[in-house]
Amino acid sequence: MKLVFEKSVPGRRGLTISKSDVSTSINLKADLLRDKPAELPELSELDVVRHFTELSRRNFGVDTNFYPLGSCTMKYNPKVAERIAAYPGFAHLHPLIPQLRIGGILTQGALQVLYETDLLLREICGMAGFTMQPMAGAHGELTGIMMMAAYHKDRGNKKTTVLIPDSAHGTNPASAAIAGYVVKAVPSDDNGLMDLAKVKKMLNDEVAGVMLTCPNTLGLFNPHVREICDLIHSVDGLAYYDGANLNAIVGKVRPGDLGFDIVHLNLHKTFATPHGGGGPGAGPVGVVEKLVDFLPVSIVVKREDGTYALEYKRPKSIGYIAPFYGNFGIILRAYVYMLMQGDEGLKRIAENAVLNANYIKEKLKPHYDLPHPQTCKHECVFSATRQAAKGVHGIDIAKAIIDAGFHPPTMYFPMIVKEALMIEPTECESKETLDAFIETMIDIAKRAQTDPESVTDCPKTTPVGRLDETKAARELNIASLA
Amino acid sequence: MSEENLKFTETHEWARLDGKVVSVGLSAFAIEQLGDVVYLELPKPGDEVSKGASFGLVESVKAASDMYAPIDGVVSEVNYEVADNLDLLKTDPYGSAWLIKIESSDPSQLDTLMDTDKYEQFCATQVDQ
Repeated sequence: MKLVFEKSVPGRRGLTISKSDVSTSINLKADLLRDKPAELPELSELDVVRHFTELSRRNFGVDTNFYPLGSCTMKYNPKVAERIAAYPGFAHLHPLIPQLRIGGILTQGALQVLYETDLLLREICGMAGFTMQPMAGAHGELTGIMMMAAYHKDRGNKKTTVLIPDSAHGTNPASAAIAGYVVKAVPSDDNGLMDLAKVKKMLNDEVAGVMLTCPNTLGLFNPHVREICDLIHSVDGLAYYDGANLNAIVGKVRPGDLGFDIVHLNLHKTFATPHGGGGPGAGPVGVVEKLVDFLPVSIVVKREDGTYALEYKRPKSIGYIAPFYGNFGIILRAYVYMLMQGDEGLKRIAENAVLNANYIKEKLKPHYDLPHPQTCKHECVFSATRQAAKGVHGIDIAKAIIDAGFHPPTMYFPMIVKEALMIEPTECESKETLDAFIETMIDIAKRAQTDPESVTDCPKTTPVGRLDETKAARELNIASLA
Repeated sequence: MSEENLKFTETHEWARLDGKVVSVGLSAFAIEQLGDVVYLELPKPGDEVSKGASFGLVESVKAASDMYAPIDGVVSEVNYEVADNLDLLKTDPYGSAWLIKIESSDPSQLDTLMDTDKYEQFCATQVDQ
């Protein structure tokens, strides 16, 4: 497919703008003016429409195909949430209006959405208060760890380290390090869970807290999680819940009841908001009572007369962590989703997500190595070691899956599993879709034994074949119009 | 250069003592597991390193991992050539693909590391997982 610039024909126009009947002279300094006109593609409207329609047909997303990317919870985003987020009263709201003297009156609906989302998330997570402001999960993590640091500073605690399991998402140690903590990795035990005995050994007065994903990146729920939180609390440390995998337990278990003090949520995962190409996201953070004072400003409060307002006077707050009130449109979509699901619907999300993952796990168990065979939660992690022995590695299997019309699972993560293939089907998919995927995986496993080259040659159905990832990373050359 | 006189860490760095200077690199096993390396982040001469703490970063098409110092000391030399020619890691991991040299006042710290035989056994247990 040609670039839009390559399709350009000099002089071609989409529309003709009539001559201006007012003076167009602008007093700009010469060095601010172009020497020659900008090199924009010159095309008709139909050229442009066809170009972008063709591009859009090459998109791959949950709206087109099954997308079992582990630890990413690529679930379907109901269109009603999109429709409501596009209501002009929400979509055209200017973010500065609530700060005007009488502006609050004009934004009561939006403030109510923020306030009630806070209440819903408190109930779901067992927390005492939330901030809606973080712009993504990792930003939420940093916000959470900054509150952890503020808590210890306020208490006069001398804390230096944060404990994080070796199966953690990479953002956990990154967040802790940016907040100034030394990260100590806790090894997993033979069952793939954070080793309780090792936690006991590593625990001392310098430990500021622990960061845990539960279920973890192997899709396993740690039965010792309450004990781990209690241990951390015994040295006045705080327990941080990485909500990336909340989809497995939403409506069933509340992180607060497990002993966690801080929770971040990825709304684009559990609460079905779009996974953007880098944004916009939202990573609300919830905290228990003793940390509420440290939440960022501002917070939406409900006055005695039933109206909503923004509160800025919070002396112990860690301050601003984002402009305005977060990605409001995303929070609104999550709010709609939660109201749509209700109590019963949220529970069934977790039930069906777990059922689907275990269905895939049991069906594929004879064909792929399964290092941690116990009942999983929302995702299961296979190892392609058996296939690798024939020269078919995880990446080859992933490419072959593309040819069958599915998105590949997460590869080579978590790092504690060799040749990892991490599959998360979510609750959205039908049995027919899961069966078609399972059939593809079994077919690839068989071909890996009998005709390995038919797998290592993939993909063949895509606009471009196998890319040289090493060359791309070593000799980075972003296309330019030079 | 061969694997003689080498000591290995459980995190797959090798160390070779020459007088007071210890050369450090990544084992062939580590390179094989990482896949094609695409980036190396190395320290500067004069940086202090301590045993078991990260001295740099290796990034491959699969993952990014810390590299850990096998001994306390001060970085005396850095092999920037290998950062420009990453294939050396594959072709000559124990020779021209050394990464840093550490000047140490306590070379006996290397005594706790594995020798070649022990390390081979250790790697075999890693593959089983």
